[in-house]
Amino acid sequence: MTRSLASKTAVGLFLLALAIVPLIGNSYQTRLATVALVYGIGAIGLNLLVGYGGMISFGHAAFFGIGGYTAAMLGLAGLSSVVVTVPCALFASGIAALGIGALSLRMTGAYFIMITLAFAQMLFYGSVAITKFGGDEGVATPRGHLLGLDLHNGTAFYYLVFAVALSTVYLSHRIVASRFGRVLRAINDNEHRAISFGYNAYVYKLVAFAIAGGIAGLGGSLMAHLNEYVAPSLFHWVLSGEFLVLVILGGMGTVLGPLLGAILFVLLQEILSAYTTYWMLILGLILLTIVMSSSKGVILLLKRATGDSRA
Amino acid sequence: MTVELFLEQLVNGIQLGTMLFLMSAGLTLTFGVMNFLNLAHGSFYMLGAFFAAIMAAWTGNFLFAVILAIICTLLVGGLLDLVILRRLYSRSHLDQVLATFGLLLAFNDLVILVWGREPLFVAIPPLLSGAIEILPGNSYPLYRLVITAAGLMTALLIWLLIARTRLGMLIRAGASNREMVSALGVNIAILFSVVFGLGAAAAGFAGAMIGPLVAVQTGMGDEILIIAFVVVVVGGISSVQGTLAASLAIGIVDTMGRFLLPKVFGFTVGPALASMAIYVLMAVVLLTRPRVSAPARAH
Repeated sequence: MTRSLASKTAVGLFLLALAIVPLIGNSYQTRLATVALVYGIGAIGLNLLVGYGGMISFGHAAFFGIGGYTAAMLGLAGLSSVVVTVPCALFASGIAALGIGALSLRMTGAYFIMITLAFAQMLFYGSVAITKFGGDEGVATPRGHLLGLDLHNGTAFYYLVFAVALSTVYLSHRIVASRFGRVLRAINDNEHRAISFGYNAYVYKLVAFAIAGGIAGLGGSLMAHLNEYVAPSLFHWVLSGEFLVLVILGGMGTVLGPLLGAILFVLLQEILSAYTTYWMLILGLILLTIVMSSSKGVILLLKRATGDSRA
Repeated sequence: MTVELFLEQLVNGIQLGTMLFLMSAGLTLTFGVMNFLNLAHGSFYMLGAFFAAIMAAWTGNFLFAVILAIICTLLVGGLLDLVILRRLYSRSHLDQVLATFGLLLAFNDLVILVWGREPLFVAIPPLLSGAIEILPGNSYPLYRLVITAAGLMTALLIWLLIARTRLGMLIRAGASNREMVSALGVNIAILFSVVFGLGAAAAGFAGAMIGPLVAVQTGMGDEILIIAFVVVVVGGISSVQGTLAASLAIGIVDTMGRFLLPKVFGFTVGPALASMAIYVLMAVVLLTRPRVSAPARAH
């Protein structure tokens, strides 16, 4: 009881801190927080896959990129209202994830990791091929507006992202708690048992994969609006790896974890890059140390840290 | 389009295929024997290229430099296995991916720290520079021909090692049942180190040989690593022959795509579409392959 009270207080304080960022921080810090939340939104879907469904996708940036390019495509066609672009990005990425997932989920384990990585790389080259969007140089896109509200204002944009982040966290919380979420976890625990109970594991995993892809597209479209620019780097495989790192950093299998992980990651990046240009070296070694120091693997370490008794 | 040009591209494709085999051989062996997925495998390719470039500038002898580069990547691989990676062999794939992703990022920055941000260029050794006439009136760069031959010979050696020697027998046995091999009194730790070291050395060899044809720079191992993954997915881990066939097929499809697609789609879109060709091949293979369900054994 006290534990749940403590964790509720922690969640409340965390959300409160996020809510007042533009009020206490300067415009640079607000932008940094916006970037962190956008990455966090992208990672929320991956958290569903890795933390609850046991599907380690190393190609999550593919859907982030599709979302970004969808928003850019609509923006260049004159539709820069986020009410249009964001849902369209969600839909387009979800459909793409359905296709890629249908193929990738034919294999499991390490093969699944390699295949998702490969398909993301394919889309990376695909985005280079779109000469209309500047090929590998990318293209400028509009910042967009929300029902007449100009989003060039950093604070307005932050609160838009914050609202989307909260809704997405709530959505993922509902998914996890739903019957669908329970079946997904059962499949993760023991796929053969779930199948013998009559569940079509493939379909459940595919739907989860499509939802995760859609959520990533949501993040990608916000990133396009934020940067007023899209480029193939949105599809880059290092970004896919970073999404996995965010999920692990924030505590996999907790609905707020991806947001927390993204904030930690952006802060870490900010601090390290202020001291050295070789911050990737430090970051890589930190990552290695985190994994190596948990004797039973990051899953158990993080579930224990978050007080998840199911671990 | 002439037949000669077509043949030339075919040889280029075989050359890429042999390089891919040298990369994916290590990946499939460590994956098959230790169930270990190594994202830092491309770093050995990059390190091999850097070691060879430095040694070639230092000693002035390219052959000597390549041999030193192989020894150096073997040592780096062996050391990594001993100090860090062997503790990951029994871990989940997620742990392995995260740890080796960290290693890869670290290696990419480490080579900048040590050798600078500017790419290194290696001269083709004088003895191997120039071109030879394969068909009347048609010449082909000698160096490319030599590394293709060297790659094919190494592929043959690896196959002989796996299929015909006692060590190879242990490796195959380890791939099909690790516990049983260790129960029969084989020192599994040493076997793992040998497999890992050999894989690293093969990747280092590929990197060292490719050095004179490309800019030796950070991150050069990343793209070929992902293509090697495609090889592993297409070829499966069942046999050396499967990996070799998949390597050559993907090398040829990629090179031919780069040659033919720009003719159809122009020189801006064509190359990018060509880069996608091998992934389409992978998708087709996945579609035609029966679906694999999760292993009954949890890990």
